[in-house]
Amino acid sequence: MIEASTVPEFAATTLAPRQRSMILRRLVAHRSFQIGFFLVGVLAIAAVLGPMLTNTKPSAMHISHRFSPPQAKFLFGTDMFGRDIFTRVLYGARVSLWVGFAVAAIAGVFGTTLGVLAAQFRSLEGAIMRLMDALMSFPAILLALGITAALGPSMNSVIIALSVAYVPPGVRIVRASALVVRELDYVQAALIAGARAPRIMLRHILPNSIGPLLVHLSFVFAYAILAEAALSFLGVGVQPPTPSWGNIIAEGRDYALQAWWIVLFPGIGISLATIGLNLLGDGLRDVLDPKLKG
Amino acid sequence: MPADALVSIRDLTVQFRTDRGWVSAIEDISLDINAGECLGVVGESGSGKSVTALSILRLHARGTARAARGSIMLDGRDLLRAPERDLRRVRGGDIAMVFQDPMSSLNPVLTIADQISESLRLHQGLSRAEGRSRAIELLDLVRIADAPRRADEYPHRLSGGMRQRVMIAIAIACRPRLLIADEPTTALDVTIQAQILELLRDLRAELGMAVMMISHDLGVIAEFAHRVVVMYAGRIVEQAPVGTLFSAPRHPYTEGLMTSLRGRDIPGQRLGSIPGRVPDPDESIPGCRFGPRCAHVEAVCRAAVPALVSISENHDVRCTPRSQALAPACL
Repeated sequence: MIEASTVPEFAATTLAPRQRSMILRRLVAHRSFQIGFFLVGVLAIAAVLGPMLTNTKPSAMHISHRFSPPQAKFLFGTDMFGRDIFTRVLYGARVSLWVGFAVAAIAGVFGTTLGVLAAQFRSLEGAIMRLMDALMSFPAILLALGITAALGPSMNSVIIALSVAYVPPGVRIVRASALVVRELDYVQAALIAGARAPRIMLRHILPNSIGPLLVHLSFVFAYAILAEAALSFLGVGVQPPTPSWGNIIAEGRDYALQAWWIVLFPGIGISLATIGLNLLGDGLRDVLDPKLKG
Repeated sequence: MPADALVSIRDLTVQFRTDRGWVSAIEDISLDINAGECLGVVGESGSGKSVTALSILRLHARGTARAARGSIMLDGRDLLRAPERDLRRVRGGDIAMVFQDPMSSLNPVLTIADQISESLRLHQGLSRAEGRSRAIELLDLVRIADAPRRADEYPHRLSGGMRQRVMIAIAIACRPRLLIADEPTTALDVTIQAQILELLRDLRAELGMAVMMISHDLGVIAEFAHRVVVMYAGRIVEQAPVGTLFSAPRHPYTEGLMTSLRGRDIPGQRLGSIPGRVPDPDESIPGCRFGPRCAHVEAVCRAAVPALVSISENHDVRCTPRSQALAPACL
């Protein structure tokens, strides 16, 4: 019944501007957020400053120094062509972090749009949600594998493929919290004030529904880095000679026992990025949705 | 229909979709709200008070509810059949509404001024700055101290009572002719309740608007309303001027409500109560829906649904035995 304006069990997270400063303060004080922010920050800076931190090119071959172990001249050693692993890992970070960021951004935009539309319009809900169900019925990596295979391997097709794979959970999350917000009195109040549906969606429902999505996106970022590495490892991702953490490992795997440094350092990059983003996401979740704190 | 009726509801039946088909939440509601008048609507939870109110703005959850019968006339237009565009002009313009829970009625991401001026900007095309200065005037009008500062704050800084004042400011922003107040004081402390009621009363006098006050609190109704409509299980069972209703209630349900009213209780004696509970809308009860709970039930009550009968000027009762006994002899 309309009369029972039920208080939702899972209160939608809100981001009032004044509240934002409070949320920021709590984030800054949050231990795992600090660590995550530090890790991701260091990697991001390394990726941005990459070309300045090294005096060689990722594809420059030092033929006389093939398979050099880590040393002063080659910090992380060199690979089978004598390419500097340190440089390649730095340049690989640009690719991997960019893919992760782009996928999270695309998943965020589409997730928000489709999720709010599905919550607002009954007529669209069926179509949108069944499509998302269909996409989610494939394992993400398999779906991405199929799409990159169809589009031809390149960085852009990796981004497209992973976005397709990671949009559906975002849509579900936004729809769920928008459904909660939609029933709150202030949405009803806006209707009573004579506001139209688009205004209600943009001003009232959307800003109050995206908290849980932000948390989810920090994990999508991490999954996308992992998935890009996996796709590149499988050969359908970013193509050599462009280095990505995944394809550096793929190229080095034949020599992993003799020249462990080829696979170790990009592997550390993947691990640090993933751990950092997960910690960051944990922090966001704790602060944005204290009820889920475990 | 009296000449001065602002809103005139006739035979309104609203149904909700359930697993067992369409079920009537309210049935054959007919009532007038006169300009400038304060109409009280009382009844237990589930009696259909809020559905009636929301139907006036055609906001009974679309898709799962429908107005099966009836009309709601405003300025010679039937709101149930008006196009959505016209309704938007009515909503917040001619008719505004205040809700029960001020905690969830304000959007946490918008400033107070933004929310108060929303309907002004929608209906009167005010700019943001004009809207803000109007919002400050309105905050003064609902007696919020330090209005310019409050206008730029966000709702979480305000107390429940202040939020309800803000909700009232939002509602009266466009000078509505009818303000629907759906249990506006239920979620507030008793002292704040009195202040809000006083504010509503003053504003009604100042702005000359009609108020439809929905409440399950007879105390609030007694203090506030000119005329009272008592609802039970989706139907109007009695309507009368407030004095008549409280001094000479005719429907057994209204009588029951009066005996359960605090303030009339005698120390040492238990507060009166009506046995049983409100039936679900889809429960089939032959005849009078209050029958199973009524102490005076007779065979005639079970035989047919009683009609709402006028027993004197302005006093209608839906109770077959009582109206037969009391109706003017000429009928």
